[in-house]
Amino acid sequence: MSAATLASARIGVITFPGTLDDRDASRAVRLAGGEPVSLWHADGDLQGVDAVVLPGGFSYGDYLRAGAISRFAPAMDAVVDAAKGGMPVLGICNGFQVLTEAHLLPGSMVKNDHLHFVCREQVLSVENTSTAWTNQYRPGQHITIPLKNQDGQFVADDRTLDELEGEGRVVFRYQGWNPNGSRRDIAGITNERGNVVGLMPHPEHAVEAGFGPDGEAGPRSGTDGLGFFTSVLASLVSA
Amino acid sequence: MGRVVVEVMPKPEILDPQGKAVVGALPRLGFTQFSGVRQGKRFELEVDGDVTPEVLAAAQQAAETLLSNPVIEDVVRVADAATDAAGTITSEGVA
Repeated sequence: MSAATLASARIGVITFPGTLDDRDASRAVRLAGGEPVSLWHADGDLQGVDAVVLPGGFSYGDYLRAGAISRFAPAMDAVVDAAKGGMPVLGICNGFQVLTEAHLLPGSMVKNDHLHFVCREQVLSVENTSTAWTNQYRPGQHITIPLKNQDGQFVADDRTLDELEGEGRVVFRYQGWNPNGSRRDIAGITNERGNVVGLMPHPEHAVEAGFGPDGEAGPRSGTDGLGFFTSVLASLVSA
Repeated sequence: MGRVVVEVMPKPEILDPQGKAVVGALPRLGFTQFSGVRQGKRFELEVDGDVTPEVLAAAQQAAETLLSNPVIEDVVRVADAATDAAGTITSEGVA
């Protein structure tokens, strides 16, 4: 894809029953310069999109386990196939939970160690800048984006954690405070290929001055999340 | 109509925040003898006919693929509810 076709890069955003943040994710795609495409969970046709975002929310009310039922949606069968073919996939919060249930990413999320719902502006370090969703960040860069969840504690066995660390697949780590008891302060991870990324915090809520976290330029000026969406557009151009 | 019971528990090495909250509340009601609580899930799967070995095998498969997540949970029991209701399993084992 050439730079001339950048604006026509089509990023699908899947809506499941109980999804909350699909509109914000679509808006983030548009603000980054891409074309958002709304996809419905019951439809197995991804409409030829170049990448997919699984947004946050409480699909199926988090019944059974967070993300467990959404994993079996027809759209997810298509996402799993496309992801294995290298298509960029981003799972945010509940979307991350869906990706682990679908075995596109290892580990799982359990209830926050303190049992409370958390909603705060969270500082993260970007530890891997070679993924499809983080190539516009600097290695080690600290970003501030909102975090809001109840089941956000990332867990995996030690062998899996060592593997993730050893292969540089920890993409984001909580800085300053671990808000949910996640193993090794892990906030987000990627697959071997770097095209699938999942994280608990919400980049799509920090993409436009006036509506984001407090930043250096003043209250609500933070747009640190925009880089996720410009990154995927850049990765599609270079692909 | 038959019924299969499936029980799922958090893996021993996974901290169970819900169980921890419950064990914290017990002493407030005077139950001081319990030092730990782990909270799991019980599913009851209904079938139109009898609970055959095939039905149990299917329930086992459902338990491992949908009803539990092997990263954080163990399937600890898949059983015919009727057999249990008849009390064939006692503290001394199967009677």
